[in-house]
This record gives sequence, structure tokens and C-alpha cells, in this order.
Amino acid sequence: MKSPILLLLAAACVIVSGCKTLEVITEASTAAAVATGAISTEQAESINRSAGAVGKVFESITPEQEYYIGRTVAATLLSRNKPLDDSSLTEYLNTIGQYLALCSDRPETFGGYHFLVMDSDEINAFAAPGGLILVSRGMLQCCRDENALAAVLAHEVAHVGLNHGLQAISKSRLTAAATILGSEAAKNLGGKDLAELTKTFEDSITDITGKLVNSGYARHLEFQADKTAVATLVRAGYNPQGLTEMLAEMGKRLKPDGLDFAKTHPPPKDRIAELNKQLGSTPAPALPPAVRARFLKATRDL
Amino acid sequence: MSAKTLLPISTLLCLSAAVALAAAAKTMSVQVRKAEIRDTPNFLGKVVASLNYGDKVAVAEQNGPWTKVSSAGNSGWVHNSALTTKTIVLQSGSAAETTASSGELALAGKGFNADVESQFKANHKDVDFKWVDRMEKIVIPPRRIQAFAEEGGLVSGDKGGAR
Repeated sequence: MKSPILLLLAAACVIVSGCKTLEVITEASTAAAVATGAISTEQAESINRSAGAVGKVFESITPEQEYYIGRTVAATLLSRNKPLDDSSLTEYLNTIGQYLALCSDRPETFGGYHFLVMDSDEINAFAAPGGLILVSRGMLQCCRDENALAAVLAHEVAHVGLNHGLQAISKSRLTAAATILGSEAAKNLGGKDLAELTKTFEDSITDITGKLVNSGYARHLEFQADKTAVATLVRAGYNPQGLTEMLAEMGKRLKPDGLDFAKTHPPPKDRIAELNKQLGSTPAPALPPAVRARFLKATRDL
Repeated sequence: MSAKTLLPISTLLCLSAAVALAAAAKTMSVQVRKAEIRDTPNFLGKVVASLNYGDKVAVAEQNGPWTKVSSAGNSGWVHNSALTTKTIVLQSGSAAETTASSGELALAGKGFNADVESQFKANHKDVDFKWVDRMEKIVIPPRRIQAFAEEGGLVSGDKGGAR
């Protein structure tokens, strides 16, 4: 058997030489930290798998393809979660969300960032690749003010920028797609090739929705999204303590057997503990009256 | 091979990749559907010109997350996330396409595309794209976002894309 340390170093090299984003370099340093023996072999292998997939994903999935993947992921989620048809809330959400996206490390995606509320009491939020972001009514109810709401959206924007959704696609799908496309330089595929590619597409969608709805991302990816969200919030002028405050409220509301964030995310107290290392625990100052007013107005029907 | 010998090799590979990137950065392509050239390196800068997917730009300088470019007689700033060092080929059948496997080219419309989405829709009549199409139309203009931020007393730092 190959040494896990050797595998990790190899994976780190693939990432750094194959990509140029800061996020990926962060991933590589995570891998290097793992190589020093801080965590178990099982965790190391898991990180190694995702690291290998990252290199592959970045090489083969263009923002245009990410866009089509994201559209179908969002449509699939919306076929199971009814959207809330509230135009003033939707506009408020998109104003905050698109502002945060502009302040993020990846403001430009192929089709841009767009936000919608799901009409559900469950505490849930999904970021489809490319920037289609869905947040449940139950999640909005964990937000006491605009700082907290911005924190929820910044966390989801971070998942998009960090390509966490694309990383959920099994490497075998990409190999299959490359095989179908390899011999075919032309844009238009024939019937059989198109059918096969669509099967690969469906499998990729299932990989992502399965991760978003059932298994959840690895803890270190959630912590990474929280950390990235804090940076975005600070740039945007929001107090990042909104994230800790929202998580504290979520902790009170989550039901242990829930099929929502109770199942797919690390416990709020663990996320708060991680955030406190970065932020300290000074509470956020009060928001200006105009911000309190617009938050209450937009969320009054929830 | 031991981990000891692998580490210098990995360093070398990483360095050579960095050199290759720097050398290839003179021309870049727009990798998003639509991007704007702005007169200042922030999203509130006046729009000088609009760019489309696959448009090529000449790179003049870097300023943090922004790149100064020129295209069709217009010059100004584009956010790095809208650009790629790969050459994006829009039309099939061009001479460049034959070397697509080099990794320096990306063929627009290749892979998961509108045809694949149509096929998916035919296979999954229960999945409705109506709300996804509606979502995509929700675009808040930068000036309204600016007014919203100002009303909230939100002061942005200078490291992000917004300013």
C-alpha cells in the first residue's frame, strides 16, 4: 500500500500546479497540514480523494458547464421544495446576496448569483454550482436581523466560490464524460453520444443533490465556508458576529432528528466554537434604524 | 520514491506551472456569459464596454483581483473571475480546434450544454425549470446595490471585488 503521506503530497502538487486560485492553495495547505499527522488516515484518505477530484474538476468543468449543472441542481431541488412567491422578500434577498457576491472572491460566474426562498419550515439552504442559492423560510426565521441574514447568504456564496458543489461530483463521471467527448471535437453530439453524456450529467446532478440534501459536506468544508463568509461579510461592512448569532438561534430551533441542517451540517455549537477562534466573542453593535426597518418590512410575512 | 525526493519535484512542478501561467497571461478570454469593462477597478466604475463569452482581451496590468484590459479600442478593468488564460473557441470547425486536447483551449458549448439540458428535461418531466428561469432574471443594478449599502451604513473594505 502506498503511504498516505506520499499520496497527499502528490495530490497537493496536482492541485497547486493545476490551478491558480487562492482557495485551492488553501486546500493544498490543508493537505500539507494533514501530512504532518494531525488527523487520522481515514480523514487523510478522504481529503486526498477530494483533493484529487478538485484537480480534475478544475481542469475539465468550465464555468459554462458549471452553469448548466447548477441550473439542473436548482430545478431538481425546487421540484422537491416549493418556492415562496413573495416578490418583495425575493428582491430584498437578492439585493443583499448580490452585494455579498460582489464582495466575494468570485463575483463573476457564468450566469451570476440569484437567490430564492423555499416555502418550508425546515432549516435548510442550498448553493447550486454557479450561484443559484435557495434558502428555506425556516432558515430565515433563525435570522434576527440583516447581519444574520447576510451571514446565511455569505456562507452559501462561499460554497459556490469554493466549488464545493462541483467537488461532490464523483471522479468517475468526469472520466466518463471525457471518454464520450474525447473523440468528438464538434459541438453537436450524435444521438447515442448525447444520451450517454446526459446519463453522466444525471449522475453528476445526483452526486451533488445527494451531498446537499442527504450526506452534507465534510466538516472542514463547512468550516472553510464559514471562514470565507466572515471575510466577505467584513468586506461588505456587515458585522460577522451575525453568523454566530444566527447559529446560536439555529441551535435552539434545530430538531435532533430533523432531515435538514440537523443532518447535513456540523452542530451549530461546533461551528460557533470554530468561529470564536477567528472572531472572539464580542457581540455585534446595534444596526442603524433604517436597516432594522427594511429587514422587518421584508420579512414580515414569514 | 520516498516522500523526501517527491517534495522537491512537487515544488519544481508548481514553479514551472507558475512560470507558464505568467507567460500565457498576455491575452485572456471572457469565461462568463457577459462581463463589463469598467473605468475603475471596482463594480461601481462606469461601464466602458460590454464583453461576451469567448471575447479576447489584451492584458495591460494587474491590480489585486482586477485586470486592466483592452478590447476593440476600449480599455478598462475587468474582474479576474470573469477571465481565463484559456482560449475559448466559439465556432466548431476552426483550425484551432484540432489542438483542443492541449488543454490551452476550451470549446464553448462542449460537454454539459443546452442540448444535454434538453435531453435531461425530456427524461425528467417532473423537474420544472420555470423557477430557475425566473431566478436568473433577478438582477439588481449596481447603483441600487450601492444605494442599499449606503442606506445601511455598510462601509466596504478595499480588498474585495465591490470596490
